[in-house]
Amino acid sequence: MNALLHKLWSVAIVLLLLPTGSPLAQSEPAGISADSVLQQLPGASLKKTGELIGQLEQAGGAEMRPLFEVMLAGELYFVKESKQIIAITKTERRTYIGRDVFGKAALGEFTSREIKKIRVNNRLRSQLRETLARIDLLHGSKLAQKQAVLAMLDDLNDKNMRLLTTAQQSGVDGEVARLIDLAAAMVQLRDSRVSEERLEAIGVMSGQLEPAVRNQLQRLVNDAQEQDLAVRAAAQKALDKISERIEFFGQLEQLFFGLSLGSVLLLAAIGLAITFGVMGVINMAHGEMIMLGAYTTYVIQQLFPGAIAYSLLIAVPAAFLVSGSVGVLIERGVIRHLQGRPLETILATFGISLILQQAVRSIFSPLNMQVVTPSWMSGSLVINPVFSVTYNRLYILLFALAIFAALVVVLKKSSLGLNVRAVSQNRDMAKAMGVRTEMVDAMTFGLGSGIAGVAGVALSQLTNVGPNLGQSYIIDSFMVVVFGGVGNLLGTLVGGFSLGVANKFLEPSMGAVLANIIVLVGLILFIQKRPKGLFPQRGRAAE
Amino acid sequence: MNVKKMIASIALAAGTSVISSVVLAAETIKVGVLHSLSGTMAISETTLKDTVLMMVDEQNRKGGLLGKKLEAVVVDPASDWPLFAEKARELLTKEEVDVIFGCWTSVSRKSVLPVVEELNGLMFYPVQYEGEESSKNVFYTGASPNQQAIPAVDYLMSDLEVERWVLAGTDYVYPRTTNKILEAYLKAAGVAEEDIMISYTPFGHSDWQGIVSDIKKFGGAGKKTAVVSTINGDANVPFYKELGNQGVSSEDIPVVAFSVGEEELSGIDTGPLVGHLAAWNYFQGIDSEANEYFVEQWKAFIGDEKRVTNDPMEATYIGFNMWAKAVEKAGTTEVDAVEQAMIGIEFPNLTGGIAKMNKNHHLSKPVFIGEIQDDGQFEVVWETDGVVAGDAWSDFLPGSKDLIADWTAPIKCGNYNTKSKACSGQVQ
Repeated sequence: MNALLHKLWSVAIVLLLLPTGSPLAQSEPAGISADSVLQQLPGASLKKTGELIGQLEQAGGAEMRPLFEVMLAGELYFVKESKQIIAITKTERRTYIGRDVFGKAALGEFTSREIKKIRVNNRLRSQLRETLARIDLLHGSKLAQKQAVLAMLDDLNDKNMRLLTTAQQSGVDGEVARLIDLAAAMVQLRDSRVSEERLEAIGVMSGQLEPAVRNQLQRLVNDAQEQDLAVRAAAQKALDKISERIEFFGQLEQLFFGLSLGSVLLLAAIGLAITFGVMGVINMAHGEMIMLGAYTTYVIQQLFPGAIAYSLLIAVPAAFLVSGSVGVLIERGVIRHLQGRPLETILATFGISLILQQAVRSIFSPLNMQVVTPSWMSGSLVINPVFSVTYNRLYILLFALAIFAALVVVLKKSSLGLNVRAVSQNRDMAKAMGVRTEMVDAMTFGLGSGIAGVAGVALSQLTNVGPNLGQSYIIDSFMVVVFGGVGNLLGTLVGGFSLGVANKFLEPSMGAVLANIIVLVGLILFIQKRPKGLFPQRGRAAE
Repeated sequence: MNVKKMIASIALAAGTSVISSVVLAAETIKVGVLHSLSGTMAISETTLKDTVLMMVDEQNRKGGLLGKKLEAVVVDPASDWPLFAEKARELLTKEEVDVIFGCWTSVSRKSVLPVVEELNGLMFYPVQYEGEESSKNVFYTGASPNQQAIPAVDYLMSDLEVERWVLAGTDYVYPRTTNKILEAYLKAAGVAEEDIMISYTPFGHSDWQGIVSDIKKFGGAGKKTAVVSTINGDANVPFYKELGNQGVSSEDIPVVAFSVGEEELSGIDTGPLVGHLAAWNYFQGIDSEANEYFVEQWKAFIGDEKRVTNDPMEATYIGFNMWAKAVEKAGTTEVDAVEQAMIGIEFPNLTGGIAKMNKNHHLSKPVFIGEIQDDGQFEVVWETDGVVAGDAWSDFLPGSKDLIADWTAPIKCGNYNTKSKACSGQVQ
């Protein structure tokens, strides 16, 4: 049916092209020129497009690479009137900038009515990826070559093997060479009937973490037809070795997940560790300070649409100022009038949190806002096929630690820090010594709120930026601070990380819902036993 | 936290309890609108409130119904489930509305159900749901599992040759029931126990690293793997982001979602989602004259070029028009008469073809699978031949296999057991 349709298509095109005397149409599939295939692309069905890609690869080879790449990115369009194929870049203002697919020549602006997209779906995308892999294997960069071989491991047919051999002969080294050897070993194990050769192949495959290797060995072990017991035993041994390594890296991954969750908890809680821990103010609007920080990131990105890559760097000080000044306002306007009355403070700050949420709803809309992730925070650092670390989590982990360190330095080394500690230990005495306690209170609260705002910048990369953002972190924040020990920054650090790690190690066996519950129950029991948390304050400061 | 939410919603509800309409003719037909305008569900439900208002406007411009003008009565149940029941009672007893369009979550519908049954009201429910229900007083214009979940799985199985399945959902009644049905369906199709992975997460979950890593490992076993997602609301965004960051592409492991539509995609960075799938009965991008008109009308009504349309809006549109037709046919707005007139009513879908109201109060509608595009719209990659009749009771669950709903004489029952020939619930 397909073949028939295909023929009809070719005939139709020949007929269309004949009157103009075009030399493009040829009946031999092997001799099809890339141009004639390209002309069929506009308006082709998805199935037809797939066939055309195959023909293009045959006819054009590596020259077609830019086209495939543009197509994979979903940027391939055609001009409705002239049927010319062009690449389109969409701008922020929803205009369409055209450029030549093969050269870089700019073709000017188009409106959405003038052009139509050449559709791709998942099937075509994976076909394009495979095609690109074949081209890259011989012509691409080292990274592209590596990915090309990895993609071929899953499908080691003769055609791919020939390509791999050609690549090897043309000279590759390091990781790519290792992978090609691995592919050769896999084929040897699969096709050879000689015991020694197969055992040798298993020797190469043993301990390799690529999923294709594991799957092949697993199939071999499970295969009831396999008569060669020595091979089977060797395969089992190789498999065990692989499992052992996977197990090890699995634990490592789990630990990283835990630390990452811990860093989020730490970020959320660290501002609270100051306002609640040091000043003793139960600030129910703490979550909203985080939210304000996240919205600041959004606003910064709206203000500088051209500088997404730097937006987070600008947002960090901006969020600190925004949340910090709101914090100072709250302290000056409300909290200082309620000193020593914790119940009223809770109610008042709770009211403030509602006001802030509603304000954000009125100003920005109740919908979540779109905060773009800069490209340097997307993707992951691949350490090996079973262990990789996502960049956003990694940076946030480092960021949390940096903030923590900075805060410790401020509290221990600066004069503000000295005053803060003095006021929190003995307000009256500090006052008698000439410390302007009012000023210190405002600054401390501003500092705590500002840090919460900075946390919001980081969280905007992980979760939705909406009016409810703060609510989802307020409970966690209090949990961490209470667990770590009120008034102790180090406690907050250890508390955050241990809750994160505990949660992530429970999650695989318990499920996300139950893991949360168990951690919470564990925490309640712990607080029963040690009401002052992990690192209780000692001495006179405790009173 | 809950207390906090509750206080917030009660406060809001008190503030905005009744926003009655403007024009009061001497005698009008009252249309109740029971959608949350505040609280967590406001994001989704406000759109449906506006859709009903637009339909009412349009009907009035056409001259109303039975020579009377329509009048919309809007109340705000504030995403608070018990408040839904109270507001429904208020609509039926105090406002004496003739019909209610309302609810989004299943729990809100379950809360309203006893009220409309007791007071013999009439309600149209426009959202895809888990099935296992049919009430004489409710018409279900959203998809039941066999109009969304089952065709999606069929598509993955036949077109993408998926052999391993991850059923991921938010932890509440709709995902749990849907996944139970899907699990039974997959097992009946010969999928082994170890090829199915089920995972539930809390509402608003944002730390997906562990689960995505598990999915990646599960999918690395050499068999084609897909994720069937009943993850709800904004938890989807970090989920897809994490998939993208960990390098899971839609070609390797496609995710088909039942709760991600145009509205959910508007205003988020769709980059990481491109190529993933959604199953619905309607997509804004489907080319048809009726759809184009509807989209234009909606944008004009709301006054925003960027607003999108979605599946529950189409369900509201069909439900409203069917009700109008049934009222004309019955010549009255009296509930029992309209209810009987509704059965068998046909109305054109926005996507082409004709939707029909069946005896079990569910619709026959076409099913589409769409791939997410970078502009937040969907590209249809598959559709059912013709329409699929909505099933009130799943054929794949042991408890409901033998049950059917049929509101015509002589059965007149929402859960009639075809084996024991007995009705075990609400009878007229």
